[in-house]
Amino acid sequence: MAINLNSTTFGTREERLGSIVGYVGTIKDLAEQSRCGHIKDRERCFSQSSSCDAGCVHGYLSHIRDIAIINHAPSGCTASASPTITQQTQLAAKRGLPYSTVILGTDMKEADTIFGSEQSLYDIILETYRRYQPAAIFVSTSCVSGIIGEDVDAVIAEAAAEVPVPVVPIHCEGFKSKVWATGFDAADHAILTSVVKPPRKKGNFINFKNFNESAREDIIEMFGAIGVEAFLIYSNTTLEELSHISEALATVSICGTLASYLGNGLEQEYGVPYIKTINPLGIAGFETWFREIGRVIGKEEAVEAYIASERAIWLPKIEAVKKKLKGLRVVLGMGSSFAFQVARVIQELDMEIAYVASWHYDSQYDDGKPPSHVQYLAEHTPHDFNVSIADQQNFELLNILNTYKPDLYVARHGGTTVWAIKQGIPSMFFADEFMTFGYKCTLNFANTILDKITNRSFEQNLSSRITLPYTDWWYQQDSASLYKEAK
Amino acid sequence: MAKTLDQARYKCALGALQTVQSIERALPILHAGPGCADKLSADNGTSGYFAPRIFPCTNLSEKEIVFGGEDRLRETIENSLKIIDADLYVVLTGCSAEIIGDDFEEIVNSFRSQGYPVIHASTAGFKGNNYLGYEWVLQAIIEQYLDGDKKYAKEKNLVNVFASLPLHDPFWYGNLKALEELLDELGLKANILFGYDHGLKNIQKLPQAQFSLVVNPWLGLESAQLLEEKFGVPYLHYPNLPVGACETSKFLLAVSEFAGLDVGKTKKLVAEKERKYYHFVERYADIFLENRIMSKRFTIVAETQYALALTRFLVNDMGLFPQKQYAMEDVPERYQEAIRGYFKDLNYDIQAEVSFETDGYVVHNEIREGDYLGYPLIVGSAWEKKVAKATDAHFLSISWPLNERLVINSSYVGYEGGLKFLEDVYSVVLTRFN
Repeated sequence: MAINLNSTTFGTREERLGSIVGYVGTIKDLAEQSRCGHIKDRERCFSQSSSCDAGCVHGYLSHIRDIAIINHAPSGCTASASPTITQQTQLAAKRGLPYSTVILGTDMKEADTIFGSEQSLYDIILETYRRYQPAAIFVSTSCVSGIIGEDVDAVIAEAAAEVPVPVVPIHCEGFKSKVWATGFDAADHAILTSVVKPPRKKGNFINFKNFNESAREDIIEMFGAIGVEAFLIYSNTTLEELSHISEALATVSICGTLASYLGNGLEQEYGVPYIKTINPLGIAGFETWFREIGRVIGKEEAVEAYIASERAIWLPKIEAVKKKLKGLRVVLGMGSSFAFQVARVIQELDMEIAYVASWHYDSQYDDGKPPSHVQYLAEHTPHDFNVSIADQQNFELLNILNTYKPDLYVARHGGTTVWAIKQGIPSMFFADEFMTFGYKCTLNFANTILDKITNRSFEQNLSSRITLPYTDWWYQQDSASLYKEAK
Repeated sequence: MAKTLDQARYKCALGALQTVQSIERALPILHAGPGCADKLSADNGTSGYFAPRIFPCTNLSEKEIVFGGEDRLRETIENSLKIIDADLYVVLTGCSAEIIGDDFEEIVNSFRSQGYPVIHASTAGFKGNNYLGYEWVLQAIIEQYLDGDKKYAKEKNLVNVFASLPLHDPFWYGNLKALEELLDELGLKANILFGYDHGLKNIQKLPQAQFSLVVNPWLGLESAQLLEEKFGVPYLHYPNLPVGACETSKFLLAVSEFAGLDVGKTKKLVAEKERKYYHFVERYADIFLENRIMSKRFTIVAETQYALALTRFLVNDMGLFPQKQYAMEDVPERYQEAIRGYFKDLNYDIQAEVSFETDGYVVHNEIREGDYLGYPLIVGSAWEKKVAKATDAHFLSISWPLNERLVINSSYVGYEGGLKFLEDVYSVVLTRFN
């Protein structure tokens, strides 16, 4: 399904990518089913609180430094505005940049659900411009504005005539998609439709889609070595800078989930190549990815020289620590891209994958092909292993950990690591997306694991003094026993 | 009606999931969207025996929005009872569930009539904020969990205490603990629902208390009134959370009098406490007085509880002068007149002006224009960091949202709390020289 930039709305991940949040099987089965078409989603008769796409929209768009986001919603939907703004301000401060983005709400009340609040929304948009003169105003929708049928597009069209900057709707009602990552697409759709301009000329830079740019220095140096610049998006960018990403040599990313929509959209609309290999996590990931970049932009020799010199520095060190990690059994709980790419890194470091829980799964990406990292893993894994797709369903995860009793649990997204620890299992929070980026970070990751499994004091201290909230009955069930049959 | 929510200082009624979470072994079951708990729990200290990711939730999707979510709620409750080890299950309904018109009351009642401890509170986000949601959850507990027909034996000296908003107010636990210790000094036993080792056994004791004590300018009053109406438990409304010597002594005397205790004895206690408190104040008086940098005037931008408590402390204890004060949690109009009065009752007939404006942008503009006779002292939330910088203020964040500070179980309440507040304020002041 091609990306359609002629509409303010866009297809959810379920619609575009055949994404699912309910599956149990194995890595080989998942890879095969992805090649043969869409996998059926399985519902559950019990679920625990998840996340919504609007959260991803606000968290991701607010990386831009000079915009306003208005969430047309009751007050609770805007509750995370302050922590989000604080974090982004801290990221900007790290680079000495000003940060002026604001996240506002419309505090919808009961009367609004009866009489509508389109006039109020119109006034709030104008007032927001008067207060802050942002480079653009993004208006995000909510469950309430969606259910009561507010015509947000019409209000925006009217308000846009009154302010000199783009006013952009983002349709991200929380009920719309079971996959919170649909929110990344919602943000990208808004950027592609209302911000990105046609290229003036070709630039000498590469769009690098990421979250919090912790590896910024390394990335700049690495691309510098092959004679191009790196433009990290969206963290710490301005709207003006983003309007020129159509001029890039290529788009690359640290995460397949994060970049599918923007990367494929830029390729489709402006012919900017999107690098679709496995992502640069671990050694095989980094080398495959960097070589493909070299091929696409005609810098093969420089890439090979860089790889050779880096290998000489880092590989002996990585080999040394691998000996100490050999045979450790690991369970992973992560998003759809990281889960299967970190699994590859774990195997690369001679550890064993006991189980992978992925928070969702995209049967294909926006180029119509199944994710390369799952195919790669199914092909290279020394043995088949079990996989579940669950939107961070904690009760399933703790049941799985109790069954598999791994040496280590590694998770992305807050909210599960602490529970594994409470079950006495050493755990690592994979907070930073660059934790296994390239050689240096992979070595750091390996050494961190070694520390983690060596000093288990915290796990032991905590787990021996608390009780867990699940019943014995539940621990005796199969972790997938509450799935319904696929329809 | 919808309005500009610029710098959110409150969550929505479903934020009452934090009230439920703070009652040991009580579990919220959410009939709500997938992202609600995630957004409403972005605070420190929300990972306990239960945590947001443990809360059962119907995660309402397009299917339920179109076809209704009653079956989904029924199976979610049914499985919660099997999977999660709780003593009380509180079904909270969010915006989507209430707009589509699911009959959740009928479903919850069907479980309760089978003997399961399941109750329900209607907490759609558009109906009000998390402060009101707190009262609605307490109301649900009083009306659905306690037996309205039972005759409860009274327990002398037992006092139900309602003060700060659990989990939302960063100091909620410390405040309750400090109040408990103060009551203990008087020989009274605090009956608290929230936090460590309290929970359901204390809920059962609510009707037995000699009286309820509401230590907040307005929050908790409705619940105390309901307890009086249902179970004949009288209540004392003490609007000011006592910080420092002067206010804490007043508090102890007022409570003693209401409880019918020996006020002479309390006076002795108070004198002893003050002697110790002023021992420390005396030792540090040079720092308080002989510096070139401490602010002369202050502004509190916080929930009313702190706007009032810290205004009274800084004026009546420390001799500072109040600029305009801001009560930010969208205080219901019916309480505002009385609250204005509390700010006028200060030493030397000093009167502080209090604003109930919830729009942070407007508040910050007023602060920028205020005359503080030098560096202002701004005590507020994470939102005030920017205006503090713009006005060269001494800045301490104490009220939600609190992003760059970790509070575990400390408090500014009582004699000790007053000294702790001075430590925190002067730790900011001492980073500068002029």
